[in-house]
Amino acid sequence: MSTVVLEAKNLTRYYGVTQGAFKPKLQVKALNGISFQLQAGKTLAVVGESGCGKSTLARALTLIEAPTSGTLVMDGQPLDTASSAQRKAMRSKVQMVFQNPYASLNPRQKIVDQLAEPLLLNTKLTAAERTAKVHDTMRRVGLRPEFAQRYPHMFSGGQRQRIAIARAMILQPKILVADEPTSALDVSIQAQVLNLFMDLQEEFNTAYVFVSHNLAVVEHVANDLMVMYLGRAVEVGAKGLIFERPLHPYTQALLSATPSIDRSQRRVKIKITGELPSPLNPPSGCAFHKRCPHATPRCAAEEPLLRPLLGREVACHHAETINPA
Amino acid sequence: MALLTIKNLSVEFGPQGRAFRAVDGLDLTVSQGEIVGIVGESGSGKSVTMMALMGLLDGQGRITADTLNFDGQDLLKIAPAQRRKLLGKDMAMIFQDPMTSLNPSFTVGYQIIEVLKQHMGLRGAAATARAVELMEMVEIPAAKSRLDVYPHQLSGGMSQRVMIAIAIACSPRLLIADEPTTALDVTIQAQIMDLLVNLQKAHNMALVMITHDLAVVAEVAHRVAVMYAGQVVETGSVARLFDHPAHPYTDALLQAVPERSHGARRLSTLKGMVPGQYDRPKGCLLSPRCPRMQDRCTTERPTLTQHNGDGVRCFFPLNAEVAA
Repeated sequence: MSTVVLEAKNLTRYYGVTQGAFKPKLQVKALNGISFQLQAGKTLAVVGESGCGKSTLARALTLIEAPTSGTLVMDGQPLDTASSAQRKAMRSKVQMVFQNPYASLNPRQKIVDQLAEPLLLNTKLTAAERTAKVHDTMRRVGLRPEFAQRYPHMFSGGQRQRIAIARAMILQPKILVADEPTSALDVSIQAQVLNLFMDLQEEFNTAYVFVSHNLAVVEHVANDLMVMYLGRAVEVGAKGLIFERPLHPYTQALLSATPSIDRSQRRVKIKITGELPSPLNPPSGCAFHKRCPHATPRCAAEEPLLRPLLGREVACHHAETINPA
Repeated sequence: MALLTIKNLSVEFGPQGRAFRAVDGLDLTVSQGEIVGIVGESGSGKSVTMMALMGLLDGQGRITADTLNFDGQDLLKIAPAQRRKLLGKDMAMIFQDPMTSLNPSFTVGYQIIEVLKQHMGLRGAAATARAVELMEMVEIPAAKSRLDVYPHQLSGGMSQRVMIAIAIACSPRLLIADEPTTALDVTIQAQIMDLLVNLQKAHNMALVMITHDLAVVAEVAHRVAVMYAGQVVETGSVARLFDHPAHPYTDALLQAVPERSHGARRLSTLKGMVPGQYDRPKGCLLSPRCPRMQDRCTTERPTLTQHNGDGVRCFFPLNAEVAA
């Protein structure tokens, strides 16, 4: 079964930045032509460093912000031609889990009210039915329904993230966007929450977009992987392929920089110097060329486009020469 | 001869009689030139231990210890003025969040020079020259022009480099790094770890790394102490501890790392969470969560049994030959 529930076509999102009263406005290209397809029950992981546009992508996919250009097709419904009623219907199909469960729950509202709110707004269930559904969902995410009358501060970080997941899943969305959902949690709690994500996906066949900078987590949850650098995808493809043999120099550097607990798993560290360049003033040509160990004059002049190579897509001029067969 | 010796350190908070023991009978020795990792989940007491050692707990916590010895000086008896001379000079610390540990109202150069003035008596051009030298040592590009920059003008990685420059300004013998890379991206984390280890080797410093990231410790440390609910539950060399963990908690932590899932869809987990102030069990602190729990564990608290440099706090350890 392979129904495409979410498709992004050349998605861009630009922000205007005021420099001062008499200076021209600058443009930050936070998302610069992102395309992908996501099937029901599958997980697409988006990885990259802070400032690469991961969170902007998450906001665009959840319709929190409209893209500057390009379009989204959700469950067969294109966003750009949708009426406002259709848009409203689309919104309930995609839900989001945020990074910090300490900030994403309302501290002044009981759990039962926070979980029932999506039902109140989007369904015609009676109060009793809503409460029953809240209790049912709480049980599903591993929380005791007796806790429904409590406030967020009475829960630990892991439990709060379970509440946030329950709130996202209560409408049984087709798509769940999770923005660094476990980065605020300890290892043993992270394992519990990741297991919950996997169980829910199996049960409801939900498609996940999993935004993360932790490659060990990504390797565990993802089916497909998209590596982003400064608003662009630099390598897209099946997770296994990319982890086995990354082709883009940035993906290689990311993988080699990730520490490992097993000595046999450790890769030779590829040193990349410097930091992510300012998106206000991106380098010419390939955005990565100033940090890339393989850069040539061509990289500074010409921007590489995503092109198919060895079963995935890579945006690098020298992918073949760097990775001889 | 150990540079730092801690024996039976306890830190309590709250009113006498019903106080909360954040650190409970901790033993730790660190030798010159050694990298020791302290790992544990939030609330396990790893940061409080180091704050107590540095004297940063300031009245709130009650510190008791049999020995708290740094380089032949007894930190429990030493006068505050003398302790101040040690801090930032012979013992230095790097904190987790570089964005909040630098003072936003002063330039980076001022904050580096402040340490040099205080401890080395450097002034004027000599202090500036040394500050530039330090910034070059931590690989800050265009160091000279960055002296007059304020912390908000720097990225997280650069701020952390400044923090490291401040910490190593007086060539400390012991550097404590409390989650030095948690707030940073992986490529920057790799750069900072590389830098710390190089500096540690060049100056033959002792480095104590506090972190919850097992992989970071596995890569750089020589020895590890695993903490749980204020106690050290296992110590040993990195190779032994990661390959043959003896304590069920260490084992559970390692199994919970996604890397160890070996393609399985579910990760193995430890049920429940770290006990808080009011729900500490009577027996072994791990007993309610432990898969190897037996009757004895619920009534009696195990002690840390030492054997050939390895220590385990468990009645029924895994890989029993280690704890024998």
